[in-house]
Amino acid sequence: MKTLLLSMLATAGLAASLFAADEIVVGEFASLTGGNASFGQSSHKGTQLAVDEINATGGLLGKKIKLITEDDQSTAGQPATIVQKFISQDKVIAVLGEVASSKSLEAAPICQQNKIPMISPASTNPKVTEVGDYIFRVCFIDPFQGTVMAKFAQSKGWKRVAVLTDVKQDYSVGLAKFFVEGFKKNGGEIVKEQSYSTGDKDFKAQLTSMKSLKPEAIFLPGYYGEVSLIAKQAKLLGLKCPLLGGDGWVGDSLLKVAGNSLDGSFFSCHFSAQDKSPVVQSFVEKFKAKNGAVPDDMAALGYDSAMILAEAIKKAGTTDGDKLREAIAATKDHPGITGSITLDEQRNARKPAVILKIADGGFQFEQAVAP
Amino acid sequence: MLEFLQQLINGLAQGSIYALIALGYTMVFGVLRFINFAHGDVYMLGAFAGFYIGPKMLRLFGDQPGYGVLISMLLVTMILCALIGIGIEWLCYRPLRNRPKLTVLITAIGVSLFLENGGQFLFGADPKSFPEILTDRYISLPETWGRISELGIQLSAAISMLVTVILLFGLRHIVLHTKMGMAMRALSFNPVAASLMGINNSVVIAFTFGLGSALAGAAGILTSIQQPSIDPLMGISAGLKAFVAAVLGGIGNLPGAALGGILIGVIETMVVGYISPTYRDAIVFGVLILILLLKPTGLLGASEQEKV
Repeated sequence: MKTLLLSMLATAGLAASLFAADEIVVGEFASLTGGNASFGQSSHKGTQLAVDEINATGGLLGKKIKLITEDDQSTAGQPATIVQKFISQDKVIAVLGEVASSKSLEAAPICQQNKIPMISPASTNPKVTEVGDYIFRVCFIDPFQGTVMAKFAQSKGWKRVAVLTDVKQDYSVGLAKFFVEGFKKNGGEIVKEQSYSTGDKDFKAQLTSMKSLKPEAIFLPGYYGEVSLIAKQAKLLGLKCPLLGGDGWVGDSLLKVAGNSLDGSFFSCHFSAQDKSPVVQSFVEKFKAKNGAVPDDMAALGYDSAMILAEAIKKAGTTDGDKLREAIAATKDHPGITGSITLDEQRNARKPAVILKIADGGFQFEQAVAP
Repeated sequence: MLEFLQQLINGLAQGSIYALIALGYTMVFGVLRFINFAHGDVYMLGAFAGFYIGPKMLRLFGDQPGYGVLISMLLVTMILCALIGIGIEWLCYRPLRNRPKLTVLITAIGVSLFLENGGQFLFGADPKSFPEILTDRYISLPETWGRISELGIQLSAAISMLVTVILLFGLRHIVLHTKMGMAMRALSFNPVAASLMGINNSVVIAFTFGLGSALAGAAGILTSIQQPSIDPLMGISAGLKAFVAAVLGGIGNLPGAALGGILIGVIETMVVGYISPTYRDAIVFGVLILILLLKPTGLLGASEQEKV
């Protein structure tokens, strides 16, 4: 009996080690819990869907992809630890993550140093890819999004706009900066610039000081958690102007908390599940079948980031860091869920943005803006 | 001027929440001489109790948001939180009663971390949307004050201030005019002498924990009707601010805790409204340092003579 057990164990061990050699290990760090959990969960589901699909169709270079996912709890300090572990312990060939720019900025220097390619699904802050030539992203960047929203506000005829920024998020500060620049350049007036910090719950002080200035719109480039509360409190304080935002608004909980306070507001994002194109619709179907919910931007971007990596591994024919980097950098017209993706010299994705309107408790496609 | 008055109203509403939480800190310190760092997490549990009880209460009242739902929910939550508070004391602090205060303090931090992480495990880390148990609206203050017509307050904020005042007077009555209150005061004065005079210290301490936790639970509900997004870590910052408030007012002093809470709420709102939210916490804790330097006993705390 004992020998049988031992031999079983030995076989299992042997199998495991053989199996390990047959895998391509990819590390993914995401905010699965904490303040950005809605984003992290979503992008993870998208990434997982892509990996499952690749493995189901035979994997890459004759090997299966093994995705190791670690939760950074939406906390600063965690991404660095996780990525260190990925590289030294798990021997990953590439890293996927994160949604939040602050987290990506923490992990990027480590990947760069170790020459491990990193693809961020949704970090829009320009600084992320400036870290070095091993860092990529599949989303557009803040200047584009901020400028798009400034143009959009002006196309609506608004001249006096207030700005409310989350000072703890590089993302929010970045968007606000380019919005203000773009808006002023074309003769608009920023009546007030106010700020808050991630995790705040009471925004009546900021909203009160804005109310007396009667802005025509408020640019609010924050994340859904705070945005939903701000919207609710703004409505209760009697601020009737529309709110404008970016892709940080995307999240299941936005409308759950905000109720109808966001009706008539607009935000820019990467993707709309209402898009009729077959690429999008087949993705929506697959995602629904697996997760029982309609995918959001983050899911689509997570999917795209994994698919671009897979494409590059296939093209490079190896998982060697240098060659893989070259292959990712050469990505051109990749038919992604979030549009046709081409990576430019700065390793940023060039692709259109989508502006959505909130009405009747849902998102409606308003217009697409090409770069 | 108008804006200043409006900020003041906002600050008072926020401050009344801090005051309710600060009372629990101060009462426990009064009888046990230690800071119960898990107190802020009881406030979080109060909010979550409301989250789960709310829909049931709504059903009971025919799915109609209103005062009946709010009051019954407040009562149930307060009783639940009182039981949780008594439970925490019984399980975690009572076995350590005669140990050094530092041991108890470290345990309190442990309990706090347990509740925060246990909360994330149990309720999920995502922020949850608090059920609408009251149709919130904005009440404009009467125009009888001349030009001041744009001034107003959220109905939920007004209610939470009112409830705070009622609870404060209720607490004052318990402490000053009941036997249990007298026992609490005796215990805080001298625990050994109190037990010699026939007071059952354990019962009084359990009662104190229950009372403080019930107030924290109420604060959890009152915050959530104003800011309907709750998460398992919401107790950290609120608990810390309430702790500062208790020290500011004079720890161990009940009116002091209420005053400290209101002051911290107003200071915070003014800093956010007129300076920048970046400096909010820095200024709040600056106030704490300043008060500890200038009047270590707090605003209303009496200086205590060391017994030899």
